[in-house]
Amino acid sequence: MYRSHVLVCGGTGCTSSHSNEIIEKLESEIAAKGLQDEIKVIKTGCFGLCALGPIMIVYPEGCFYSEVKVEDVPEIVEEHLLKGRMVTRLLYEETVQEDTVKSLEQTKFYAKQKRIALRNCGVIDPENIDEYIAHDGYQALEKCLNQLSTDEVINIVKDSGLRGRGGGGFPTGLKWSFAAKNAADQKYVVCNADEGDPGAFMDRSILEGDPHCIIEAMAICGYAIGASEGYVYVRAEYPIAVKRLQLAIDQAKEYGLLGKNIFDSGFDFDLHIRLGAGAFVCGEETALMTSIEGNRGEPRPRPPFPAVKGLFGKPTNNNNVETYANIPQIILNGADWFKSMGTEKSTGTKVFALGGKITNTGLVEVPMGTTLREVIEDIGGGIPNGKKFKAAQTGGPSGGCIPAHLMDTAIDFDNLTAIGCMMGSGGLIVMDEDNCMVDIAKFFLDFTVDESCGKCSPCRIGTKRMMEMLEKITEGKATLEDLDKLEELALYIKQNSLCGLGQTAPNPVLATLKFFRHEYEAHVVDKVCPAGVCKGLVRYYIDAEKCIGCGMCARACPADAIARTDYIAPGHKLASFAINPEKCVKCGACMDSCKKIQAIYKK
Amino acid sequence: MKSLAELQAIKERTLKNMSARNDSEDATRIVVGMATCGIAAGARPVMNAFTEEIARRSLKGVTVSQTGCIGMCQYEPIVEVFVPGQEKVTYVQMSAEKVARVVNDHIVNGNIVTEYTVGAVAK
Ligand SMILES: Cc1cc2nc3c(=O)[nH]c(=O)nc-3n(C[C@H](O)[C@H](O)[C@H](O)COP(=O)(O)O)c2cc1C
Ligand code: SF4
Ligand code: SF4
Ligand code: FES
Ligand code: FES
Repeated sequence: MYRSHVLVCGGTGCTSSHSNEIIEKLESEIAAKGLQDEIKVIKTGCFGLCALGPIMIVYPEGCFYSEVKVEDVPEIVEEHLLKGRMVTRLLYEETVQEDTVKSLEQTKFYAKQKRIALRNCGVIDPENIDEYIAHDGYQALEKCLNQLSTDEVINIVKDSGLRGRGGGGFPTGLKWSFAAKNAADQKYVVCNADEGDPGAFMDRSILEGDPHCIIEAMAICGYAIGASEGYVYVRAEYPIAVKRLQLAIDQAKEYGLLGKNIFDSGFDFDLHIRLGAGAFVCGEETALMTSIEGNRGEPRPRPPFPAVKGLFGKPTNNNNVETYANIPQIILNGADWFKSMGTEKSTGTKVFALGGKITNTGLVEVPMGTTLREVIEDIGGGIPNGKKFKAAQTGGPSGGCIPAHLMDTAIDFDNLTAIGCMMGSGGLIVMDEDNCMVDIAKFFLDFTVDESCGKCSPCRIGTKRMMEMLEKITEGKATLEDLDKLEELALYIKQNSLCGLGQTAPNPVLATLKFFRHEYEAHVVDKVCPAGVCKGLVRYYIDAEKCIGCGMCARACPADAIARTDYIAPGHKLASFAINPEKCVKCGACMDSCKKIQAIYKK
Repeated sequence: MKSLAELQAIKERTLKNMSARNDSEDATRIVVGMATCGIAAGARPVMNAFTEEIARRSLKGVTVSQTGCIGMCQYEPIVEVFVPGQEKVTYVQMSAEKVARVVNDHIVNGNIVTEYTVGAVAK
């Protein structure tokens, strides 16, 4: 019996800021003080507040330490674990109170969240199946196998209103019923953990923090549709997730929760992991299955849909990681419980990976219908450095942006589609006044140009041409006519591409054109980049009245573009300098060199 | 795994080991003073006795934690018991032997062990 549990985050974010070393140091310090039988160290999954990592929570006090360094460990052990004095300087600011600490649930970051898919992340030890079971794990599977018919399981999922979290938002129960209907000697359950959207890490965190819930959900799905085998397709860049999932599968097999005759019900289910090499298109379900089969990951036309002809030509159900993560809770608590959260047509919650210009970068789970404002201002802690919010990109390279005037939009599948955005998988990138929207569109398009598999020409050639047009715009060489052409080509690619990659690739351009056309026009007509991002359009100037003639900038300039003029400003002794725009390569070195006087500016 | 009963057994067993992680607002808190003087006076065995007694009786919603110097060093080891909605009770000059009685009388049955409290000892 341990009197105290120390939870250290072992998610990817915290691992990269040395949480493993912290755990090692903790264990050695604890042993040195002879406390190893009183204090237990547990490595958990992501807590969501990755920006503040590495994160450590000490129970029973519920002390929340953030940005812990290896050097801090001896102090924590000596002061807190041995003597019972919290190390106040390491406490997460918001939780510090007079003589005790606020629990994590009461902080602004967590208070508005509702954790279903992430319920066990940062709470249990993902490498210990018993802790999952202690949190009601595998009870849903038992309930399905021994108390519910396959139709009843499918109906509960249907009634819950759960929609796919992988991007499309297709009703999950309906999908299951299709696969269930098609008789075959063999069927498959597939879990899409490819997570290709840059900036997204929801699925990774679930696999790292609660791998058993995916195993349980896939077994439930297998029972419901009549499949005895499943595959999880994970990208190879997620080594921690892969390792924990494999460990979880091994433990489940040992307990007989995978394998033959599970819970004495006669149901058999087995699970395999397949590693993806990280091509974005392999997240598209038909390409994903082709890749599992051992072929080059290229999409194929649908229909036939996977429910008819999927993996190895057999009826297959494929869902996203987060979709599966909701299933055990829905089975245990009922469809009505799930429906009580969210909006009418988008029930439940959604996990978002907050990134970009936001104070609390990290992982949040909120009820559907929460407004963008709440997510950004309350949970995300707002925009740092007093800057103004400009837009948020949802859906990554397939999605679009939500501008500031729509900040009160309740986020759900249909509202986002209605404003020309999409939910996507849950990446949420926040942009402030310093971001140029044309540049953002270019960033995402650049990604799709690279990731296009090349099988069909609208996507392969079309996105490349769009990219060239955007380059022209950011260099100030485009005309208004080019803007119309860009839009026309974008719509053409949407309609004629073979798979979802090409069909959605123009979205970031279309959305920014819709909400920020004035920024495009500024680039085209006035030849300026209002945010000062597009290098081709900025010009550096020296304010002759401010310049003291020290010549630092001229020495810093690599292009020999700065020379002394013959103008001496009133009150100054030396003649001022000026920049020759013909020679300037816009490196910004002069501006840095003139920080003190601040005579140089760009426009 | 053959049955729900097996699953339940694992659940119960593991939950007991995880109980240190319940920091809910309505838990009864037992806080042991563990500054240098407390440790010197024998606070550690007292705290461990609490942990064991609570585990032995499978009490739910009770946590044992430690704090620094409470400020009455001559009365160490000191233990404070916070039952939600009630005044804090401070036990002084505790020993591992006294623990079982505090758990039984106070934590389980709600009767304060007056003779161990500061009030009685300080007289
Ligand atoms: C280019 C492209 C990439 C995709 N990447 C992913 C992905 O990384 N993860 C995912 O779950 N779905 C991805 N999808 C969607 C899948 O094709 C599929 O719709 C989804 O996995 C279905 O699961 P759901 O119904 O649970 O959402 C992608 C689709 C396209 C077109
Ligand atoms: S749309 Fe793009 S990614 Fe999809 S098949 Fe065509 S070329 Fe490949
Ligand atoms: S931006 Fe660079 S190249 Fe241009 S004037 Fe300044 S230092 Fe020279
Ligand atoms: S990885 Fe540690 S909080 Fe996210
Ligand atoms: S050289 Fe002109 S102010 Fe620096």
